Amino acid sequence: MRTLLVLIAWLLLNLPAWAHKPSDSYLSLSVEHDQVEGRWDIALRDLADAIGLDRDGNGQLTWGEVRDAHGEIGTYALSRLMLSAGTRSCTIQMLEQLIDHHTDGAYSVLRFHSNCGGPIGRLRVDYRLLFDIDAQHKGLLRLTQGGQTNTAIFSRESAVQEFSVAERSRWAESRQFIHEGIRHIWLGFDHVLFLLVLLLPAVLILAEGRWQAAGEFSSVCWNVFSIVTAFTVAHSLTLTLAALDVVRLPSRLVESTIAASVVLAGLGNLYPAMTSRRWLIAFGFGLIHGFGFAAVLTDLGLPHDSLLLSLVSFNVGVEIGQLAIVAAFLPLAFMIRRSWSYPRLVLTGGSLAVIAIALVWFTERAFDVQLFPI
Amino acid sequence: MIRLLTVGCVIGWLMLSQIDITYAEPYRPTDDAQVLERLSFKVTDPAARAIESLRADLRNNPRHLESAVKLATRYIEQGRSEGDPRFLGQAQAVLTAWWNEVTPPPAMLLLRATIRQNAHEFSEALADLDQVLVVQPTNTQAWLTKASILQVQARYDEARRACQRLARLAASHVLLGCLGDIAGVTGQSAKSQELLRQVLSAPTLSGRERIWIATILAETAVRTGAIREAEEYFAEAFKVGIKDQYLLGVYADFLLDQGRYRDVVSLLQSETRADGLFLRLALAEQALRLPAFQSHTAELAARFAASRERGTTVHVREEARFTLALLRDAQRALPLAQANWNVQREPADARILLECALADGNRAAAQPVLDWLNANHVEDFRLRQLSEQIQETTF
Repeated sequence: MRTLLVLIAWLLLNLPAWAHKPSDSYLSLSVEHDQVEGRWDIALRDLADAIGLDRDGNGQLTWGEVRDAHGEIGTYALSRLMLSAGTRSCTIQMLEQLIDHHTDGAYSVLRFHSNCGGPIGRLRVDYRLLFDIDAQHKGLLRLTQGGQTNTAIFSRESAVQEFSVAERSRWAESRQFIHEGIRHIWLGFDHVLFLLVLLLPAVLILAEGRWQAAGEFSSVCWNVFSIVTAFTVAHSLTLTLAALDVVRLPSRLVESTIAASVVLAGLGNLYPAMTSRRWLIAFGFGLIHGFGFAAVLTDLGLPHDSLLLSLVSFNVGVEIGQLAIVAAFLPLAFMIRRSWSYPRLVLTGGSLAVIAIALVWFTERAFDVQLFPI
Repeated sequence: MIRLLTVGCVIGWLMLSQIDITYAEPYRPTDDAQVLERLSFKVTDPAARAIESLRADLRNNPRHLESAVKLATRYIEQGRSEGDPRFLGQAQAVLTAWWNEVTPPPAMLLLRATIRQNAHEFSEALADLDQVLVVQPTNTQAWLTKASILQVQARYDEARRACQRLARLAASHVLLGCLGDIAGVTGQSAKSQELLRQVLSAPTLSGRERIWIATILAETAVRTGAIREAEEYFAEAFKVGIKDQYLLGVYADFLLDQGRYRDVVSLLQSETRADGLFLRLALAEQALRLPAFQSHTAELAARFAASRERGTTVHVREEARFTLALLRDAQRALPLAQANWNVQREPADARILLECALADGNRAAAQPVLDWLNANHVEDFRLRQLSEQIQETTF
């Protein structure tokens, strides 16, 4: 009766709801092809409850005590985690054990490597850590695949969960890079202007030092095709070299030269003598523009396992963006090429305006100053 | 504008320091003697021994209900002293064999109700208790636990009826403690204090019971503004010598309100594990402009973030208080205080909601608390002050 009353009195007081964190472990799995790299942070206090780490019984866990128990910790933890891909179970190999601190104390950090013996379509994670001694324990999972991260929570009620890995399909990934490529060519005004300036005279031909409207659409197309192709080949080349880290140029140099290329292209329209082979200009400066694209691609973060695919996809995106611009420009320019205003207003005026803009860019980029604060 | 900038700076700095705490690289210590963690007990502690022997009993006889109930009870009691919710999870694990039965044994249902009460699953806990009371209408403990949950939910009439069932079932001081606690909040503090004072003078009270009664008396005195009296009751409760998280928290709040920040720091200096006490420590450090305040605030922010990541919401009252008082972000604190009020309705919950509503200039948000104050004739001079402030202020 006495103990009952003690219990009663104590139960009556509202139990404190402010207690510190319940038991959690943090599991990170990073999937690449048929391999999984794992990191698992388990609280030392939980490990002490489960397998007893406090050898000298003084209520304190030292690094010595933890290190001596590494074998047991590894065996205990790995016996409570099963990974499988489809019907194949993955082997898990412990790599090392370290220490880290979370908000509620010290954790043992288990790094492991898992091999599933084949491509992982669906990863099944069977998590049973501590549920037998702490029913409120939870495992917080971060699953990384490609650039994507999923999170999930394991509890006693949801100890087995499946994650589809293949859903990050090649197609989705490549679509993402195509999209980025298009976005970049449209938002990167310097590339658009460079291309447009080169294309402005394409619907004209130079006869006796004066601009005249070109006759057939097919020859205009051929002209445009040669310029665009030269530009494409050149920037693809340098984009690939830079993305693969074969060649690296300082970004300030690249960006200023791109601005300079726009200025020069504009000048070329004003002094047409030098523009007989505009595809050569397109090619030469295309090389520099490629380095500019590469900077964007690096910022996006290239997945290691599909470097080539993303590179090609990004490039395809750039081309699609380019072709869209050409498709919008060419028929329009072809239609008004005979008008009085085309050579004077559009070609000369347009080129002058572009030169002015590009000069501002050049000054800003080369000398690292802000002329027109946005 | 300046306020906005300050909030921005604080949050930015917190995020940076949070990254510092949570995402530091794992390392390999170089010194074998480096202490990485302090456990709840030494092997030689009586509590550890008791738990170990109960565990051994259960290992030998895993389906033995009595051993399981004893061990689970022990765990829950330990959780109360330490403020460590791990013990509740361990208690639950011990009861696994009976947890999902359709009609679990009453002893097991009682423990499940307590565990659920702790997780703020109040309606599930009440359902468990009602199930016990169907089989055992004279179960003292079930009536008591039911009364305390109903009180937290501000269902005072039902809570009183639950207490009254104790009249012939338990010793008189249990009945008086149960009723006195409710009376102290709902406008009968004088009567409540008179009765409980007599109870406290009885020499036969156990330690836990003495802490319980003295804490109710102290809280009631605080609410009526009887500072010296409150101090005496707190002293009485501490004299028992059993560590009690709830008592520590209430006393720290009392000291904070008195501006006795140094006393809070010395009281809670080593209590950095339990979030609620840690929060009060940081509040005192903030008032004293101690350097530890910054790192402690960052640590608290990380803990609340971790708790959200895990998907638990039992710390909402503390989080609201943290967000309002330490981050000074009333806009974010108010919804937390409102969410908390939807779950629990004790004077402390009312206070944080009123403070948030006042700081955010939102009178409508305070209305549920104002209604509660009037409907129940709540006696609490601080809540009355706050409610007047809210009614006087033109937002």
